[in-house]
Amino acid sequence: MKKNWWKILTVLLLVFTVAVGMLSEVPRLAILNETIRNLYFHVPMWFGMILILLVSVVYSIKYLRKPSIKNDVIAHEAAKVGILFGVLGIVTGMEWAKFTWGEYWSNDPKQNGAAIGLLIYFAYLVLRSSFAEQQQRARISAVYNIFAFAALIPLLFILPRLTDSLHPGNGGNPGFNAYDLDSSLRMVFYPAVLGWTLLGVWIINVKSRLELLRQRIYENV
Amino acid sequence: MRKITKVLFKEVIYLMQKDFLLEWRQKYAFNGMLLYVSSTVFVCYLSFGLRSNALQVPVWNALFWIILLFTSVNAIAKSFMQENRGRLLYFYSIVSPQGIILAKILYNACLMLVLALICFVFYAFVLGNPVEDIPMFLLSILLGAIGFATSLTMISGIASKAANSGTLMAVLSFPVIVPMLLMLIKMSKNAMDGLERAASLDELLTLLAINMIVVTVSYILFPYLWRS
Repeated sequence: MKKNWWKILTVLLLVFTVAVGMLSEVPRLAILNETIRNLYFHVPMWFGMILILLVSVVYSIKYLRKPSIKNDVIAHEAAKVGILFGVLGIVTGMEWAKFTWGEYWSNDPKQNGAAIGLLIYFAYLVLRSSFAEQQQRARISAVYNIFAFAALIPLLFILPRLTDSLHPGNGGNPGFNAYDLDSSLRMVFYPAVLGWTLLGVWIINVKSRLELLRQRIYENV
Repeated sequence: MRKITKVLFKEVIYLMQKDFLLEWRQKYAFNGMLLYVSSTVFVCYLSFGLRSNALQVPVWNALFWIILLFTSVNAIAKSFMQENRGRLLYFYSIVSPQGIILAKILYNACLMLVLALICFVFYAFVLGNPVEDIPMFLLSILLGAIGFATSLTMISGIASKAANSGTLMAVLSFPVIVPMLLMLIKMSKNAMDGLERAASLDELLTLLAINMIVVTVSYILFPYLWRS
């Protein structure tokens, strides 16, 4: 029980996010209207994706420093969960963009950046599947993971700032600071980020334990 | 520390000499790539079916960089695949991995620079030359050649370890190279429109920063790749 307090916290945070996020008062704004609630679901997906991919990179670095199956499995599972968050982020974002920007895909630099980021991690999965030998697969995909993440940083953090974006907070569009005079959005937003990220960590935790057990069974067969 | 740097420098020079010598003797890769570039440009010319100067500026620019991208992927893909097993083992025993990756990057940068310049001249000759600020355009070609060489060299090292390295090379490299490509296209577009040079400063600095990140990461990571 002592070790599992964070799982309870995750459940509580997510229940809080969904309940309060759907029911609470939000600022009334033109165009955005009720879709402003997407802040609690779409934006945390990106925060979660970046943090979880960071976990994946950290475990890849750990693998190169000290090769063990555990580090490799965690890096792999984290990359997969990162992809899941990325896909959810894109889907929720596109749905939202349809109602506010008028199109599912409007050549926004952040949308493109997100799509390319996903392509990198799909390539990572393809690379992994092209090796038969376990150690070689682990080492080389760890190298690619770190290399690709380094290439992803300018894409995610520098390019969108150089070009105009339709996203709130870019290119003259107000960010949520401007709407949020009494911090009521923040009250739900930060717990939402934490909750969704913890959920991702939980999935990684369960899946990598399952994968490690599966590998142990293969060894004993 | 100084001694190590000196040894590394010597290794890099020696390895580059070896690459240039091999290239000079075989002339296979370079001539092949030359033909590749010229036939691609010619195919573009035929498929657009146009007299010169009929292409719009953004199309001209995008087409140029796409041709260059595919050329560089093909040219650099062979940088680790052409080495046979015995020679790799021999290198493994006498030089440091850092020396090898730096030498390969520098050699590929030279190769790409020559190919890109030839491509530009031929492309401008066949499809017309709407570029207004040519020195700036050449600078973007220089940065592009170096940038493609740095990121693709490492990717080709990774892909050469895998089974179907041809496909993998393309799949792995495109997403990694896109940020660079976007910057390059924007910068060369500015040069084509003859905007003042200060307008491209942001792109220039970002490109240099990306290049530095990629070279540093390759320098650190290549030893791990080399070991297998």
